Amino acid sequence: MSDVKLTIKNISKAFPGVQALNNVSFEVKRGVVHAICGENGAGKSTLMKIINGIYRPDSGEILIDGKAVTINSPIHARKLGIAMIHQELNYMPEITVEESFFVGNWPKDKYGKVNWKEIRERTLELLKREGLHYSPTTKLKDLSISDIQMLEILKAVSYNSEIIIMDEPTSAITQKEVDILFNKIRDLKAKGVSIIYISHKLDEVFEIADQITILRDGVIIETRNKEDYDMETVISQMVGRKMENNYPKEEVEIGEKILEVKNFSSSGKFKDVNFYLRKGEIVGFAGLMGAGRTEVMRALYGLDPYDTGEIIIEGKNVKINSAKSSIENNMIMLSEDRRRYGIIPVRDIKENVSLSSLKKFIYKGHLHKDEEIETVTEYCNSMNVKAPTLETLVENLSGGNQQKVILAKCMMTDPKILIMDEPTRGIDVGAKYEIYKLMVRFAKEGKGLIMVSSELPELIGMCDRIYVMARGKIVGELQRGEFSQERIMKHATALNIN
Amino acid sequence: MKKVSENRSIFNLLSKYSIYFVLIVLFIISWMANENFITPQNLKNVANQISVSTILAFGQTILVIAGMLDLSSGSVLALAGVLSVSTYVSTGSLSLSFVVAIVVAVICNIISGLMITKFKTPPFIATLSMMTMARGAALLYTKGQNIYQIGDYIVFGQGSTLGIPNPIILLIISLVATSYILRHTVFGRSVYAIGGNEEAANASGIDVNKVKMKAYIINGIFVGIAGVIFMSRVNGGMPNGAQNYEFKALTATVIGGTSFTGGVGNAIGTVAGAFIVGFLDNIMVMVGVHSYLQQIVRGAIIALSVIYDIWAKSRKKGKVQKAQ
Repeated sequence: MSDVKLTIKNISKAFPGVQALNNVSFEVKRGVVHAICGENGAGKSTLMKIINGIYRPDSGEILIDGKAVTINSPIHARKLGIAMIHQELNYMPEITVEESFFVGNWPKDKYGKVNWKEIRERTLELLKREGLHYSPTTKLKDLSISDIQMLEILKAVSYNSEIIIMDEPTSAITQKEVDILFNKIRDLKAKGVSIIYISHKLDEVFEIADQITILRDGVIIETRNKEDYDMETVISQMVGRKMENNYPKEEVEIGEKILEVKNFSSSGKFKDVNFYLRKGEIVGFAGLMGAGRTEVMRALYGLDPYDTGEIIIEGKNVKINSAKSSIENNMIMLSEDRRRYGIIPVRDIKENVSLSSLKKFIYKGHLHKDEEIETVTEYCNSMNVKAPTLETLVENLSGGNQQKVILAKCMMTDPKILIMDEPTRGIDVGAKYEIYKLMVRFAKEGKGLIMVSSELPELIGMCDRIYVMARGKIVGELQRGEFSQERIMKHATALNIN
Repeated sequence: MKKVSENRSIFNLLSKYSIYFVLIVLFIISWMANENFITPQNLKNVANQISVSTILAFGQTILVIAGMLDLSSGSVLALAGVLSVSTYVSTGSLSLSFVVAIVVAVICNIISGLMITKFKTPPFIATLSMMTMARGAALLYTKGQNIYQIGDYIVFGQGSTLGIPNPIILLIISLVATSYILRHTVFGRSVYAIGGNEEAANASGIDVNKVKMKAYIINGIFVGIAGVIFMSRVNGGMPNGAQNYEFKALTATVIGGTSFTGGVGNAIGTVAGAFIVGFLDNIMVMVGVHSYLQQIVRGAIIALSVIYDIWAKSRKKGKVQKAQ
């Protein structure tokens, strides 16, 4: 095989509370597609951001063609021949195709004026060379996501990059476009360009990659040629961490069905989703990013509209078209995005906690504050919220305490069904444990809990049943006895379900 | 260690009540600058003068806390006012003319509210459009002529009850109502929640559109009351009256500590803000500051109060972070 293009040597990077990368070393050869595989949070994105100059490593070095380099910024990375195509496309909808190629790098004439003629000429040349039929003056907002994805790739090529990082490049495009992309990748490879390819979709990885590196919890497990790997091994290496018994799961008597969702569909998001939840049960939803779990929960809770389907709560067909109507039907959701959908940062704990239950304290239109404070205190104590006073602004609390405040808000509405989307995201281990204990307590009280999580150990540790979603559909259902990370991952990465 | 915490508590106290300290300091300086400032007649005049813009400011306070605003309140005031005056001129009924002012102003605000909630127009644009339309309607209705000889209508703005000028009574009633609404009703809490984080408020089960509509309707009531007082104080139905009053009201609101980023503010702060502007205008006239210079000072005060607010907030945040 060809010689080494990029060497990553002993790179470490820590964020407050997490060692994101620990002594990571690997080599990318010239003219190969090198896939990096790992679970959510394994450190792939951090690693790529270091290579692209967005983050600086705490220690270790990067060598290009055997020479040590310090990469200061994405622009610097571009000069060194590195381009990155991001997972979430950040594009400016109002600019045109030709402008998009030159943003931040406009060719100028001697007076410092933008040279539009040169932009037009170079764009046409590039489009012609690549055999694409976009008009240089089309605005990006009039293109599809996959077109924009292709433009991003073109842009990377136009810089004469020798290393191209692709972070989940197929997450937003159709199978046909995937084929086009893969042909493009093969082209680039033939020209000697090295590609670092990150994807959750293992079938694609096995189709396009030459070499595979497995990253787990910030540590490189192994690099092998594709031929020396099979999917089973990749999955088991990805999830291989020892399961620790740090989940306070308890047997709870499971009662009758409290929620049933039938033929639930929303075009472009999820299709024909069927599931149920029983009293005292904790039901998990596993799946990779973009599998449609959050979308289902948001629609169920009334935050987004859905096209078809039935929601049955305690045997009654209910109509839910807003969070308000959901709460009135004793169902409440804790959102995955605490800052955006959870807290009112500039208001105090008391107002945040009572927000969904203010009606309880109203007599003849008047809000009774003494009673409110008493109840809020009771709930905060039972959730173990740690704060100086109830008048402390929520923006000044830690992530774990903010989450407990939101839980207190949810519980104050006396829900029978609690939907928790990534309930432990971004909070420390101690607070996580407390949240698990609360979940067990709610289950014991006969409530039904839905837990959406990207952390498999947590789902396996806490749930009675797990649904696995992929590409907007439920592709598997596992009982507690059958749980294993390998099984879940196999469903979640399921090959070509149409 | 202890000293640090004491320092901080004094700083917190100062920053929490800074607006009132400014008001007191301004009061004392004005008193020293001109001894006539402190006479009951002068103070009553100031209160009378600021009554209209302060009542408008209560509506703005609720809207700005909820993350919105009303640019149309001066124009809607004029429309409601001239229709009210003309109702009085033709029927002779004070109570009917008062009701007409409120109904007209509420209808205008319902239209703005619908633009914002149903058609998702940004509040700035919706109320800018209403500002232009309402002024046009006022001029069209009066054919651009002022309505004079309004007889007893002047009682709203120039009369007194138990020795207290009516505008001041209406100001106090509006203050108490706004404070009560913001502090003791579900609506008030919802206003703060929506301004603090609209998406979280929605996810918490608040009917955001309904709350926004209510906020505009309440704003309309205040605009109606202000319209009656204004026309009565100027002795006629003036279709071109109350120009720029929306900005006077917003000035009092902002100086009073209501945050334009939403979620923070209260009615008593707005009154303090209005008095700061009122006293400042008053003393500048008394000591003979050139009227153009007065404008510069007024503008600078807005900038200073907001810069101070942002500075105090970031300082407070920095401290909390350090403490953790």
